[in-house]
Order: sequence, then structure tokens, then C-alpha cells
Amino acid sequence: MNVALFVTCLVDLMRPRIGFATLELLEAAGCTVTVPDVQTCCGQPGWNSGDRASARALAERVIATFEPFEYVVAPSGSCAGMLRTHYADLFPADAAWRTRAEALGAKTFELTDFLVNVAKFSTPAGGWTGRATYHDSCSGLRELGVKAQPRALLARLPGVQLTEMKDCETCCGFGGTFSVKFGEIAGAMAETKCGHIADTGAEAVVLGDLGCMLNIEGRLRRRGDSTTQVLHVAEVLASGGGQAD
Amino acid sequence: MHIASIAFKSRATRALGDTQLQGVLKRYGSGFADKRGAARERFGAEAFEALRVASAAIRDRALENLDAWLLRFEAEATRRGTTVLWAEDAAAVNRLVLEICARHAVKKAIKSKSMVSEEAGLNTALEENGITPVETDLGEYIIQLAKEPPSHIIAPAIHKDKDQVSDLFAKHHGRPRLTDIEALTREARLMLRGHFLTADLGVSGGNFLVAETGSVAIVTNEGNGRMVTTVPRVHVAITGIEKVLPTLEDLSTLNRVLPRSATGQDISNYFSILTGPRREGDADGPEHMYVILVDGGRTELIGSELSEMLRCIRCGACMNHCPVYQTVGGHAYGWVYPGPMGSVLTPVFNGIENALDLPQASTLCGACHVACPVRIPLPELLRRLRERQVVARLRPWQERAGIAAWSFVAQRPRLYALATGIAARVLRFLGGASGRITRLPFAAGWTQMRDFPAPEGRTFRDLYAARKPRRTGQSLTR
Repeated sequence: MNVALFVTCLVDLMRPRIGFATLELLEAAGCTVTVPDVQTCCGQPGWNSGDRASARALAERVIATFEPFEYVVAPSGSCAGMLRTHYADLFPADAAWRTRAEALGAKTFELTDFLVNVAKFSTPAGGWTGRATYHDSCSGLRELGVKAQPRALLARLPGVQLTEMKDCETCCGFGGTFSVKFGEIAGAMAETKCGHIADTGAEAVVLGDLGCMLNIEGRLRRRGDSTTQVLHVAEVLASGGGQAD
Repeated sequence: MHIASIAFKSRATRALGDTQLQGVLKRYGSGFADKRGAARERFGAEAFEALRVASAAIRDRALENLDAWLLRFEAEATRRGTTVLWAEDAAAVNRLVLEICARHAVKKAIKSKSMVSEEAGLNTALEENGITPVETDLGEYIIQLAKEPPSHIIAPAIHKDKDQVSDLFAKHHGRPRLTDIEALTREARLMLRGHFLTADLGVSGGNFLVAETGSVAIVTNEGNGRMVTTVPRVHVAITGIEKVLPTLEDLSTLNRVLPRSATGQDISNYFSILTGPRREGDADGPEHMYVILVDGGRTELIGSELSEMLRCIRCGACMNHCPVYQTVGGHAYGWVYPGPMGSVLTPVFNGIENALDLPQASTLCGACHVACPVRIPLPELLRRLRERQVVARLRPWQERAGIAAWSFVAQRPRLYALATGIAARVLRFLGGASGRITRLPFAAGWTQMRDFPAPEGRTFRDLYAARKPRRTGQSLTR
């Protein structure tokens, strides 16, 4: 399988190790992976802020860059959801761009969804052991139906015990620019989430999106929890905890 | 009703600091959502999803020919002795009700819950004209005593706890303070009984209008709705023009989805279909029945990119499932309708410039869309309102400049690589040994309650370029 990795802007900037863990998993699943180096951002910040023109400009770049590949995979339900469920809406019904957007959307997948449902991969090496709980990120869950896939993969790791938290499907309060515009509300929502995480006694909260990751980790540390780890599911599934080398 | 939606942020701050309110939200927050989930399971999850699809289709069919169905409703209702009146806005609602009061020498009006009468501020208009309005829905009765607006469309006093109700009743009823919920309810019943028997006018809302029979359907749980619509001499139902359904068959479908979505009940305790005033030989019923059909901004939605909002059946599921509503409560939203549906309706009904925060006050998490019984794409409608704000240049310049700058840089991969490479290093430096940034200069909102985790220090693209020769895949260079 010929896969293009859509790294996502937050993985690129904040957590490269998640990008490498993703790469490792895709290769372990038998994919030939290409990382187009002209990729930047999917345009979601503009789209969600009501700036259609800027979202469209970036979408056209992403479509042109990624359409030659058989599949596009992102370690993010949010960015994959943008490509898969929103790109077509950026273009008028009769535009050629819309057809191209729809074609790209149809072959774009969130990482765990791709591993389980397309690559039929079930033998992750696993680089982390301990008690974990899983936070379902909103876009992955509700736009792409990512729910059972990460759990199925984590269940293959004998060293990982998963305990579900209360309201694991409830938003953590990130919401893109919402997290800055409404810092107090976002903080209170993250606090609720952190309380549920703490109640499980898990050593790590595992999730599939960088926005949630930064939000939850930021609140955990501020509330004085310096030990609970916040891990991307790719880091847990890959070998060596997803360290860069 | 007074519109305070422009102050969402400060009202939300107040709500977050209100320990009593926070206690209530934490205790009852997920109650309705849990009950809806259980009702869906009982019904069969797959069948329930099919019911949502069918319900949305029925609402769309009604809305596609709204004018025709409304005229059919008017004709059928008129034929059965109901007087149908049309109100373009809130002022017209109040004027029409006051005219009815004058015609029938009304001194006291009892009300069952009507959100459209809240839109109009009807109670104030009645009081100003010497007519006593008495809310008879228990929740509405409580907040009328407290002189507060509702904070939820089906549970208007959900923000109050038992102690507050005990205090209110003791103060207003002039009787010993009760603390038992059943005793409190019994006392409210006792107080209301006299009003039911002495009122001249009953004011209700209408959950649905049925075009083929000219009927008003009312879904309630307390029985007060039945008293209000049958005991006084005159009954006025006030409802929005969008509430019309073509047939009784359609009503039957919607009545399967409404109580389950709202309170998780398979059916509500009371379900009334009111078709005209008392006829010869009827045991009860009003001598006169009026229906006031209210526009109040609804026609603005027809044919617009927000038209799906007209499907709304006012069940409250969106707010019950909204993590923002569950965190700040309904009063923060500043007008009649809170939560996701309110964040769409308030700017449309009252002007986009009077509710700037509401379309933004959502993480677009999608929980409302999934719960909505008529599948209104609420997050997408909120996003479209954000587009309207951008087009109308109603967003702050810093925000516009930020998005524009991001877009400019992200369209230039080399510049982007340079900028993110620098940002990764600078943020890494700011994070220090702990890897935690406690104050972000350009995003102070973030660091109010959260640290910002520092990046690793180098971008993925840098690191990948450095180790690329060892990889099987090839980079695509343009």
C-alpha cells in the first residue's frame, strides 16, 4: 500500500516523536510511506473560524500534494476529519476542485482506523506498559467513527491495561481557537476531564489528537499532577514508546 | 425578554464562580443525557436512528411548503371554531394577547410553559396592563417567584437547588419552611389550585400544530397544561410558525422521538391534542380558543444556509449533551434559548451583532448533532454563523490578522518550515527544564487555567530530513 503521511501541523511543531511512531506503525503494517515535504496545515483553523477563503486556499494545496497517493493517513481524527468530511464543502457543487476534494476525502484515514480497517494490522510492537485510560477525541469519534479501532489495537498489547473513564466521549474543552477565546470555560471543561482521568487511577491517558493532548496535559500539570502521562495512541502502539531514534 | 447575550463571557465567568450553580450542574448535569441514552437503548439503537431520519424528513417536508401548511392549518382550525392570529414579532404577540384580554375582560391569566411567550416578554406586558400572570409549570412557577428567566427550555429551574426552593416558598407562601421535595410540590399545587379555578385566561405554548385537523398538540408532564387549556373561559396557544406538521400520522412519529430525546421518557405523562373550543355536549374546554402564530425572526431562516434550524422541536437534547452548557448553565447565554440551539437562534432572532460570542462558544464537538432528534447539523450552523461574522467584519482585528498570517505562512512551505522551526526552539526554551509554559504572551486565554506543554524543540520535518536516507519511502519535492 502506497501511503502518504499527513503529519499535521501540531505533530510537526509539538511532538515529532508521534510522527515517527506513526511512520513505524504504517511501515510495520506493510505500507510504503511517503512524507511530502511541502505539506503544512489542512486549513481547519480558518474553516472553524469562518474564514472560508483561507481554508480553501490551504485545502487546494493539500489536495494537489496528496492526491497522487493511494491513501492519506494522519495521526489525528481532527485533521483527517477535515479532509474527509469538510473539504468538499469548501467548493461549489459543480467545481472540478470539489470532485478532487471528494476523491481525496474518500482515501483519507485516521491512523488507527486505517491500521484496523484498511491495513488489517493487528500486531503492534508496543513500547509502553502500564495502566491506561482512553479519551475519545470528538472529531475522530463523531466524524469518522473512531471508537473501537484504537481499543482493538491496544488490546493486542499484553502490557497495557485499559480502564474506561466516566464520560470518555465528552469533549475535553480544546475546540481549536475556543481554547484561547474562552480560556476559563475550556479550563473548567479540561478540569472535569482530568478529574475523570484521575478517578481511574491510570498512569496514562491515551488519545488520538494533539489538541486534546495539549489541553489535557496542560490542565493536569496546572492542577499539580506531574506524573500522569498523556500519550498519543501511536506512541503506545509503536516500539520504544515512540522515541525519535 | 431582555437580551444580555452580548455579555456571554462575563456571565459565563460569573457562572463558573457560582459554587451553588456549579454544584447543581455537577449533580444533575448528565441526568437527561443518561436517560435519553437509556430510552434509545430500550427503543433499539438502530430503530431510534431510523426514527431520527424519519423525523427530520417529516420536518423538512413540512418546512418545504411551510406557507401552504400554515394556511391549511388556519383553514382547518377556523372551521373548528378556533381563531387564528398572526404575529410578526414579539410586540405583536403582546398586543394580540392584550386585545384578547380586553375583549374577554381578563384579570388573571394562568400559563403553562411557553418559550415563545418568553421571547415576547408576555408576563411583563400583562403585568403592565393590570393582568396577573401565574406560571403553573412547577419550574416556571419557581423562577417566577424568584423573578428569574428560565435556564433550560424544558427544565426552566434546573439551576436551582432544593434549599433555594425551600427559601423561596417559605418567603412567598408565608408558611413554615418545608424541606421535603414531595411536600414542597404539594404546597405548590395547593397554591396553584386556587389560580386554576379563578383565572379567566389560559396561555399555553404548542409543541406541534397539525395542519390536516387544525389542532394544537401539547406535550407535558405535570397536568398543569391540561388545566390551563381547559378550565379558564379563554385559551390562547402561542407558538412559532415552524411548528406545523402536515398530518396526525406525522405527529405520531414526532411524538415518539420528542419525549425520548427530551427526558428519556417513552411518552410524556400528558399528551393533549386540542382542536377548537368547547362544543355542544363537551364536558369541558374553553369557550374561546385562539392560536397565535409567531414569526419573530423565523422567516429569516427560510431558504438561508441556516434553514435546518427550523426543524427544531425544542426538546433540549442539544443543551443536555453540550459540555459548554453543562459547564456554565443556561443563564450565561443571556436570552430565552441557551445551549447550541440558542446559539443559532439568538443571533438570528436578535441580530448577529447582539450575540457575538454565542456562535464561537462551542468546541464544535458534535455531541449536539448526534443527539438532535431531527438531525440539525448544529456545529455546522454555528460555523456558518462564524462565516457570517467574518463577512460582516464583526471579528476582532487580532483574530482576523492571526488567521490571515497563519494562512499566508502555511501557503509557503519554505517560510512555514523556517517559522515553525524557530517557534519550536523558542517555545522549547520558554518551557525550560519542566517543559511547561505557564504564560503565553499571545494566547493568555490558554494559560489562565492550563500550562502550555512545550514542544520537543525540533520539527518533525527537520528530524525526518536528517534521517531520510534510512527510510524506504521517498520524499516528494516540488
